[in-house]
Amino acid sequence: MWESVIGLEIHVQLNTKSKIFSPASTNFGAPQNTQACAIDLGMPGVLPVLNEEAVIMAIKFGIAVGSEILDNSIFARKNYFYPDLPKGYQISQYEIPIVSGGAMEIIINGKSKIINLTRAHLEEDAGKSIHDLYPNESAIDLNRAGTPLIEIVSEPEMENAEEAVQYLKNIHSLVQYLGISDGNMQEGSFRCDANISLKKKGSTKLGTRAEIKNINSFKYVESAINHEIERQAVILDRGDSVVQETRLYDPSKDETRSMRSKVEANDYRYFPDPDLLPVSISQELIEEIKSNMPELPSAKKTRFINQYGLSEYDTIILVSDRELSEYFENILKDSDLNPKMTANWIITEVLALAKKNYLSVKDYPVSSEDLKYLLSNVANETISSKQAKDVFERMWDNKENPRDIIENEGMKQISDVGELNKIVDNIIKNNYKSVEEYQSGKDKLLGFFVGQVMKETQGQGNPKIINQLLKEKLKK
Amino acid sequence: MNKETIIKISDLAKIDIKDDQIDDILTSLEKILNLVDEMNSVNTDNVTPMSHPLNLKQELRKDIVGASDERELFQKNNKHIDNGYYIVPKIID
Amino acid sequence: MHNKTVSELKKYLEEKKISSVELTKHFVDRIKTIDSHLNSFISLTEEYAITQAKKIDLEISKGKIRPLAGIPLAQKDIFCTKGLKTTCGSKMLENFISPYNATVVEKLNDAGMVIIGKTNMDEFAMGSSNETSYFGDVKNPWDTEYVPGGSSGGSAASVAARLIPCSTGTDTGGSIRQPASLTGVCGIKPTYGRVSRYGMIAFASSLDQAGIFTRTAEDCAILLTHISGYDPKDSTSSRKEVPDYEKECKQKFTSMTIGIPVEFLDGLDDTVKEVFEESIKVLEKNGCKFKKISLKSSKLGVSAYQVVAPAECSSNLSRFDGVRFGHRADNTKNIDDLYKKSRSEGFGQEVKRRILIGTYALSAGYYDAYYLKAQKIRKVISNEFAEAFKEVDLILGPTAPDCAFKIGEKSNDPIAMYLSDVFTVSTNLAGLPAMSLPMGFKNHLPLGLQIIGNHFDEAKILSLAHHYQQITDWHTKKPKLSGD
Repeated sequence: MWESVIGLEIHVQLNTKSKIFSPASTNFGAPQNTQACAIDLGMPGVLPVLNEEAVIMAIKFGIAVGSEILDNSIFARKNYFYPDLPKGYQISQYEIPIVSGGAMEIIINGKSKIINLTRAHLEEDAGKSIHDLYPNESAIDLNRAGTPLIEIVSEPEMENAEEAVQYLKNIHSLVQYLGISDGNMQEGSFRCDANISLKKKGSTKLGTRAEIKNINSFKYVESAINHEIERQAVILDRGDSVVQETRLYDPSKDETRSMRSKVEANDYRYFPDPDLLPVSISQELIEEIKSNMPELPSAKKTRFINQYGLSEYDTIILVSDRELSEYFENILKDSDLNPKMTANWIITEVLALAKKNYLSVKDYPVSSEDLKYLLSNVANETISSKQAKDVFERMWDNKENPRDIIENEGMKQISDVGELNKIVDNIIKNNYKSVEEYQSGKDKLLGFFVGQVMKETQGQGNPKIINQLLKEKLKK
Repeated sequence: MNKETIIKISDLAKIDIKDDQIDDILTSLEKILNLVDEMNSVNTDNVTPMSHPLNLKQELRKDIVGASDERELFQKNNKHIDNGYYIVPKIID
Repeated sequence: MHNKTVSELKKYLEEKKISSVELTKHFVDRIKTIDSHLNSFISLTEEYAITQAKKIDLEISKGKIRPLAGIPLAQKDIFCTKGLKTTCGSKMLENFISPYNATVVEKLNDAGMVIIGKTNMDEFAMGSSNETSYFGDVKNPWDTEYVPGGSSGGSAASVAARLIPCSTGTDTGGSIRQPASLTGVCGIKPTYGRVSRYGMIAFASSLDQAGIFTRTAEDCAILLTHISGYDPKDSTSSRKEVPDYEKECKQKFTSMTIGIPVEFLDGLDDTVKEVFEESIKVLEKNGCKFKKISLKSSKLGVSAYQVVAPAECSSNLSRFDGVRFGHRADNTKNIDDLYKKSRSEGFGQEVKRRILIGTYALSAGYYDAYYLKAQKIRKVISNEFAEAFKEVDLILGPTAPDCAFKIGEKSNDPIAMYLSDVFTVSTNLAGLPAMSLPMGFKNHLPLGLQIIGNHFDEAKILSLAHHYQQITDWHTKKPKLSGD
């Protein structure tokens, strides 16, 4: 009887070299507080100066989702006290964000749906409070303070966790395509808050929403949303009402809990930051950025289908990850490999191992060059697919060089018809009973003969030629 | 403005106010607000608010790392440092 | 030597009639003898100054002469000075040693000036009498029972008492001009954005502007040239070219049309009015044409200011939370306790009052009625000035409604205190440059003449001020000091 309504606020760390308002480095993992300069620490008297690259990256995102880029966007101060917020306020955008509107398409089970964006604005990240280092104290590391973020706010247009996750994945993929974020969720470069409410089926009136803060994996987003929907449904079913509040998802307990005590009493007292001026964005700058836009997922999808004749299903998998699509195209570059066969290999063999080991493309132990060499050997029938799969596993697991394996171990496919003829003749001679059965109609026995020949050739026989020879000879 | 307001804003501003100070503060803030209320003598319906004296636009900084590690200098006079961390009483969410 | 102006000392040093070390020692000794009666310095930086002076003397001996080589200077304790205490007049920063230099400090150091000390001020520049300083009241050199004005009271008093030839100040609602007026010295607040705010501890960011105290307009011009200019570290600083103000102000005076706002004279103290009218007469005889103008909304300046300044300060001062620097309370139970105790112990009464008012003005439900309304009034005031400057070159009036008042006289009446800024706040709201210079006395206490210019018209202001000082001698009067 309830329908869920979901909106997401996604925080994306931009991969600029320096911070949004200071010249300190944004590198991840430096010793605590060594990348927090006087400005990041909010030392008395310091002032912010806006990083050009952060502005450009926000505009890139806006262009990619078809937003309006607003001239004269304003930075505002969001005032609250927290030890990892050095100035006692966060510089963000409030009334006039840099990016307004826009949309993202999601496809679920072949059905397309448009999720509209409300806005995207620039802001600074806070530092980190570490609570488990000391028994009675918290430790503050301000290296992250001042790292540029864009906060992407969607309209409440998603109906279930599946849509929310798909939307999130698409945004994740997009920011990586745009090269504006590494999208690393473990390191917190890509985080999400979900606003969830339930309404009566068919009603247009939205219910009271709860906000779940800081969910940092696709899996958690899905379970956090599902749990929250369930929690609200139980409340509404018994006739109570949902309280508008902020909740935290605890992955270890797989539940959300209220943060009411901390956040609810806050009145952020937003006002325009007097240290910063309206950000003027010229049409020329927008045009320049437009003309330098990388190919985006949707365009790449169309191109893959047209250029390589791939199925939509395969294309979506390859294109969902910019690096994977580049891995695929690097293999095809300057080669006459069959794109379909290459795509198949990646989707079945490569991704299977990658998933097993939780590896992202940049961490694959097999380079696109080496895979290209391997697949070329399959294509020119030097080795069989079966052999190739074994070699690939050794390449992946032990980082072995495919040249060494194939050449040094004499792992060559036997395609010499004369040689194979002899072996086939021998097998037929020694298995006359099976030959009779085959000739009396037991077609399935062909596999048995192929297996015997392969055994004899230690797996190196060219299966295509063997099949051909067997079929011919067994006819008689 | 009343006592509850004073308590609320002092909490927002993280300023401790003793109970016996509230009345004094309330009186002085009310006086200031009376002075401030004189602004209402001018109709400003069609006026654009001015947040900056000059009509300037934001200058942008090139994305260049220009700060080195000065942690030691910044933490020099702070007694509540351990292993480079700023230490505060335990925060309970 | 201490009666010499910056311009005279510059010649003495360049001609090697005196060394920077000698000069430094002379002023340090003088401060040590006299300042116990005035309390105009929070800290003396003797050791640092001698080292600097030696370096400068060595340079001079090698023929490298920086533009202001070896001239002693006092920095208001609101400017961050690397390796030196920077207290902002507050217990909160009693032991704060700045890890970096403000741009103004950097520029004057580069010009070869020697910082002799950091001057006393109202706590976080919030005050008009220098009575809110954690480090005690500053006394007016003309009569130590009287206030020197504020917030840059120490900078003004030290120049008036010839403890230093020049000093820096900051002006958010009159904090340079009002104390200049009350102590009988020159003080200039440039156009907002003319001088970098980087490293100047923020009170109200959209109003704060750094400036200079000297005894003559010419000296003001010399120093202003060196602190002005675009700073990539301050987004609100202007790229407008900086003229050579000294050269500009000393050019042959050409006739000017000067506006007198009728509102400034309305209900003005009789003596102040007489003295002011006398200075008009002098200028009228010497090439100036006067014209009555109206700035009818300027009387709302104090009201708008009492919203904008506290609102911005409530946010600016949030960084003083006891975590990374500044006062931290002992034995705190939890983080909220740490914040509240540290801030309540570290800030004085006036600072807390302004933080509370500002927090209220920005809080949900009140933002439009207070902050937004004040920003609109600002626009109205600014527009009125713009209209006026279509007809006149400069605007003239008294700097303050009266001469200095007695210490303690207004300290329990914030409204009376705020109204002493009535003639100065509007220019901050509009971002205009303005200057105060001595124009006479009420009894034994000095009065200041305020010249207001259009945006970036500092040269015009200085030109009129210099002209006035060529035909009058108010700026040469000096207080009699005990210990002098």
